Amino acid sequence: MAALEEEFTLSTVPLGAGPNGLLGVEQSDKTDQFLVTHGGRTVILYKVSDQKPLGSWSVKQGQIITCPAVCNFQTGEFIVVHDNKVLRIWNTEDVNLDKVFKATLSAEIYRIHSIQGTEPLVLFKEGAVRGLEALLAEPQQKIETVLSDDEVIKWTKVFMVFRHPVLIFITEKHGNHFAYIQTFSSRTLSKYTLFHGQEEKSVIQNFTASVDRKFISLMSLSSDGCVYETLIPIHPRDPDENQRVVRSLLLKTVVAGNARSGVALTVLDQDHVAVLGPPLPASKECLSIWNTKFQTLQTSRELPQGTSGQLWYFGENLFMLHGKFLTVIPYKCEVSSLAGALGKLKHSQDPGTHTVPHFVNWEASRGYGFGSQNSEQSKRILRRRKIEVNVPPPAFEQLLSTIKKDSEKDIEVELCKFLAVKRTPDFHTIVGDIVLELLGRHTTEPSFYPRNSLMQLIQTHVLSYSLCPGLMEAALEKTDVQMLQLCLQQFPDIPESITCACLKIFLSISDDSLQETEINMESVSDCSDPVQEKMDEQTEILQNGFNADEQNCDSCDRKLNQKPQDAAEETTSCPVVPKRAALLNAILHSAYSEMFLLPHLKDIPAQHVTLFLQYLYFLYLKCSENATMTLPGLHPPTLNQIMDWICLLLDANFTVVVMIPEAKRLLLSLYKFVKSQICICSELNKIEVSFRELQKLNQEKNNRELYSIEVLELF
Amino acid sequence: MGEFKVHRVRFFNYVPSGIRCVAYNNQSNRLAVSRTDGTVEIYNLSANYFQEKFFPGHESRATEALCWAKGQRLFSGGLNGEIIEYDLQALNIKYAMDAFGGPIWSMAVSPCGSQLLVGCEDGSVKLFQITPDKIQFERNFDRQKSRILSLSWHPSGTHIAAGSIDYISVFDVKSGSAVHKMLVDRQYMGVSKRKCIIWGVAFLSDGTVISVDSAGKVQFWDSATGTLVKNHLIANADVQSIAVSDQEDSFVVGTAEGTVFHFQLVSVTSNSSEKQWVRTKPFQHHTHDVRAVAHSPTALISGGTDTHLVIRPLMEKVEVKNYDAALRKITFPHRRLISCSKKRHLLLFQFAHHLELWRLGSTVATGKNGDTLPLSKDADHLLHLKTKGPENIICSCISPCGSWIAYSTTSRFFLYRLNYEHDNISLQRVSKMPAFLRSALQILFSEDSTKLFVASNQGSLHIIRLLEGSFKHLHTFQPQSGTVESMCLLAVSPDGNWLAASGTSAGVHVYNIKHLKLHCTVPAYNFPVTALAIAPNTNNLVIAHSDQQVFEYSIPDKQYTEWSRTIQKQGFHYLWLQRDTPITHISFHPKRPMHILLHDAYMFCIIDKSLPLPNDKTLLYNPLPPTNESDVIRRRTAHAFKISKIYKPLLFMDLLDERTLVAVERPLDDIIAQLPPPIKKKKFGT
Repeated sequence: MAALEEEFTLSTVPLGAGPNGLLGVEQSDKTDQFLVTHGGRTVILYKVSDQKPLGSWSVKQGQIITCPAVCNFQTGEFIVVHDNKVLRIWNTEDVNLDKVFKATLSAEIYRIHSIQGTEPLVLFKEGAVRGLEALLAEPQQKIETVLSDDEVIKWTKVFMVFRHPVLIFITEKHGNHFAYIQTFSSRTLSKYTLFHGQEEKSVIQNFTASVDRKFISLMSLSSDGCVYETLIPIHPRDPDENQRVVRSLLLKTVVAGNARSGVALTVLDQDHVAVLGPPLPASKECLSIWNTKFQTLQTSRELPQGTSGQLWYFGENLFMLHGKFLTVIPYKCEVSSLAGALGKLKHSQDPGTHTVPHFVNWEASRGYGFGSQNSEQSKRILRRRKIEVNVPPPAFEQLLSTIKKDSEKDIEVELCKFLAVKRTPDFHTIVGDIVLELLGRHTTEPSFYPRNSLMQLIQTHVLSYSLCPGLMEAALEKTDVQMLQLCLQQFPDIPESITCACLKIFLSISDDSLQETEINMESVSDCSDPVQEKMDEQTEILQNGFNADEQNCDSCDRKLNQKPQDAAEETTSCPVVPKRAALLNAILHSAYSEMFLLPHLKDIPAQHVTLFLQYLYFLYLKCSENATMTLPGLHPPTLNQIMDWICLLLDANFTVVVMIPEAKRLLLSLYKFVKSQICICSELNKIEVSFRELQKLNQEKNNRELYSIEVLELF
Repeated sequence: MGEFKVHRVRFFNYVPSGIRCVAYNNQSNRLAVSRTDGTVEIYNLSANYFQEKFFPGHESRATEALCWAKGQRLFSGGLNGEIIEYDLQALNIKYAMDAFGGPIWSMAVSPCGSQLLVGCEDGSVKLFQITPDKIQFERNFDRQKSRILSLSWHPSGTHIAAGSIDYISVFDVKSGSAVHKMLVDRQYMGVSKRKCIIWGVAFLSDGTVISVDSAGKVQFWDSATGTLVKNHLIANADVQSIAVSDQEDSFVVGTAEGTVFHFQLVSVTSNSSEKQWVRTKPFQHHTHDVRAVAHSPTALISGGTDTHLVIRPLMEKVEVKNYDAALRKITFPHRRLISCSKKRHLLLFQFAHHLELWRLGSTVATGKNGDTLPLSKDADHLLHLKTKGPENIICSCISPCGSWIAYSTTSRFFLYRLNYEHDNISLQRVSKMPAFLRSALQILFSEDSTKLFVASNQGSLHIIRLLEGSFKHLHTFQPQSGTVESMCLLAVSPDGNWLAASGTSAGVHVYNIKHLKLHCTVPAYNFPVTALAIAPNTNNLVIAHSDQQVFEYSIPDKQYTEWSRTIQKQGFHYLWLQRDTPITHISFHPKRPMHILLHDAYMFCIIDKSLPLPNDKTLLYNPLPPTNESDVIRRRTAHAFKISKIYKPLLFMDLLDERTLVAVERPLDDIIAQLPPPIKKKKFGT
């Protein structure tokens, strides 16, 4: 299995980007040491495993290295070409390139090739090839011209075939590519025209080659992103004839078709190639290892800082430019299994498919259980449910697509259609999906706020907070108090933080903006009660628990009667407008857990706390008006809810409210009223105890006697 | 129907003793229950859970282990170190044999039923061979360090598991040596208890050993490797008992907190063959320690210190959802502990080791239905008669005239003469009882108190004439040749001519006392007789059976009466048949021959034979109708069964005279108040 190991940076000096930045990386005669030729003037010998340079040589100012330095494996010397024609040969002891051996040639050099087992070969730009020894013996010898006009060498490589070097170079002329094979055993040069096949338009961007016994397998990376293979015979039957070779598709779309630069290809071994380039049009550049036999991606490494389209592979190390630094990625290919070779799937996200959020349908999984009596029946239901889940109603699909693009009006129409259809068991999950879809569009397109549709969906009574997590947040953002009220009434599982956020909005929203909204006023009843009426009723509370007619009680009662009256005078009328009261009632009705609510309550501003307390106190007084301790109306807050919220608010904000004079007065009156109520309750307690004794007496009479004579009549 | 003054008696201070062991016998569907006072009771689960036999207890014979062997032989072992075999026919102890290992804590019969293992105080496990008429010691297993509290055989009979203190041993039966010793963790919720007592073990055929211990754990061990496989911590207190079903697919454990847990072997996932033990159902039917559990094929049976025997049918095993599927809680013995002297308004209460004689009070007031009348004289405790010796009283009786008291233990028969002089009472024992009068299962005085009838445990019936201060043996009816079944129930006709006697299974025999011969035998019925009585004048024998059927048999005519045939033809009301306690007493109204009074623990009933029988559509337990209801409607809806459920639990009810009833109740609360306090459990909100 091919694998890329952790990368490391070789050069500590930043290099210029592009082909000028780095001319080439070549092996030296010692393993693990490589000659890196920087574009311009420098050659550095690196020891890769130590990640440090062993030596560095520069040419003089004004001179430019035109060809990567190589190592003569036979002598251990280094050879570099500057200014196209000047050869420099030196070894590690030399310090200054100016003082080393120099040979000026008569023609411009394209590349010096040096591989183990043979002398360096010099390829001239005109296509001629010479051995180094022969050249040095007579530097100014005449170099023949092989290539025609306008034909330029694009790429070259040398192989050892049967102990003899074989040099291949690719030329281009007017968009046509030609391959030249120079064999040194028979001193023949054969020329092949690379036939592009059907993909005429694509431009070949990069080449690599490997050699078999009889063929050179030339791989080319085209601009369409595919890798093609061309088999070129080493020993042609007729060397003089211009032969055509056809390329065949080897790998499809290994890099993005339109990649302009930074594309490179190199053969790693028989079955693997390394490809440098962006795998997707938009993505960053990547180094990928492909298995050509199975056409699978083995591994890949992202190079986010970009690369230069140069890739070298020497002895388990891949060299490339990452950003401005020469980076080495060790590559290993171990014996692979089939499963390993099948490799990773290319991460492809088909933009056509939409992802449907997954919900656990608890109701569908209900009914599994041991030995239940009607397991047969429940299984049948389950099976039916499954089918229904598997095939979502077409209306749903249509609705989703409508939500994606159409206007709010269209969505409303479509939604009405959808809701008219008979409900399936997984109706609530579908509704949740729809809401999420709507919210998804809302987030990408903030102006899109399908309020009516959302309200309609909430009113299906199947939604909960967890089914559409973003809904209330969106409503909070929009200060859509009507929606929030609806959510508070409908959802059983609102987190305390959201409840508190709603409370904050309800308390802070201005009366004017409330006037414009439509709010369900069910829970509020006659808040328009004039003050006077209430005061009249207030006298009734005083007698709560007592019979008003029986005024034979002692002064304690009279005292009691007076206290709440004082309190009542202070709470003149409902401190909030009816609409706000309705909103606050929704908060009072919502479920919460004290522990989670308290920290959030602390965040409410003090004047809002006071207002809310005032309202709660008002409700409390109103509750006490009748003997059953309830508020009038359809869904009024219960006394317990009111009391709990008073306690909660005081717990959370006591130190704050005590400091505010207005709130302090309120608290005092509240305290007085509570005290009077406690007096009443203690009286009630006494009465209850007497009654309990009465009952106990009665029971004992029935049970406890050990002996009695009773009369029994049988009919 | 009539108005009665009811003496409502609650001073019968009876407390049943706690249940120590239960053993279920699959072949006969019978359950043996031993109590802490050494009493052993046999319940017939097929016969409506009727307690058909009992062996009286003995002070020194605390039963710690009980088991059934092949051929429905019942063995018990106790702290006196004796292995006892019970004779289920003669209702006495066949033999007692010392195991010579100190107190016996555990006992197990081999799967084939021919070998008996006992675990003793000295750490020895002793193997006995069960021979047809006795048991024979075979050998000892390797002696362990401490007492063997529990034993279980592997179903193949090759290995046994023995629970001791802190460890479980697995023995090879052939060699008698311990193969494995599995140490039990003493830790209990992080706290190291002093000792971990293995209260119960069960050896399954797959080699798993299940143990329950005092640290509240149910543990599964692999006996092949001696390793702990699984651990369930189920209680904060001891887990004291375990019983496995025959199929080994479920077992039941009882804890000291009164909870019974059901474990079942269920598939890990549906339709997978891999199964695991899962704690499925907890039952809280007990308030105190559940000392013993048993697992019948269809029910979980548990009993403990709170004296209730609870039979909880497993709903998934019950095929028909009828009344048998209901929970049964048996608290009171299915026999009479109270006798009454109508003439002197005396009640004789029988306790385990003493008798109490009480005189009922009186009133002069009258009242209407439901009134409690003021007492002009309260009830008096006249006598407290303690037995001599360690044996429990089997039965007792006071004569109708109130001058004689007789009672019997396993080895002695006692007869006392009572003399009343104004308020003083003197007691005189009649000495020199004949040798044959050693042990009685039932004692009865004739209506005129001149004759004493004694059913002995040899199957014979003795008739003794009582004279002033002495007695004379008149006759002995020997049992039918070939049968040894003891007679448990006796009834004598008020005119003194007929004596009916019934055993546990065979029919009711009727003897002619004048001619001292067997008159006839009422055909045998499938279900045991629970109560017998002979009506005055007509000499009709009324027999109640445990399946709640009531028969009326005319002794002179030697056939069932017309009324009995009619009711058999029509059938009893379904609610009547669904009652779960047997009728324990039948009596008659002296002036109204058509009336039969009978009662069970939760109701008493007057059957008016002149009225039409109820069918299943009519209301059986009719509440008191409004008094202003017109006579016509009342007559139309009236039926023969007049039932009152006011007095419960009702242990005894009889007519003292035409207009006076006596009802002895024993409220459960009063029993609970006398039990030791249960393990305190934290309840929410307390």
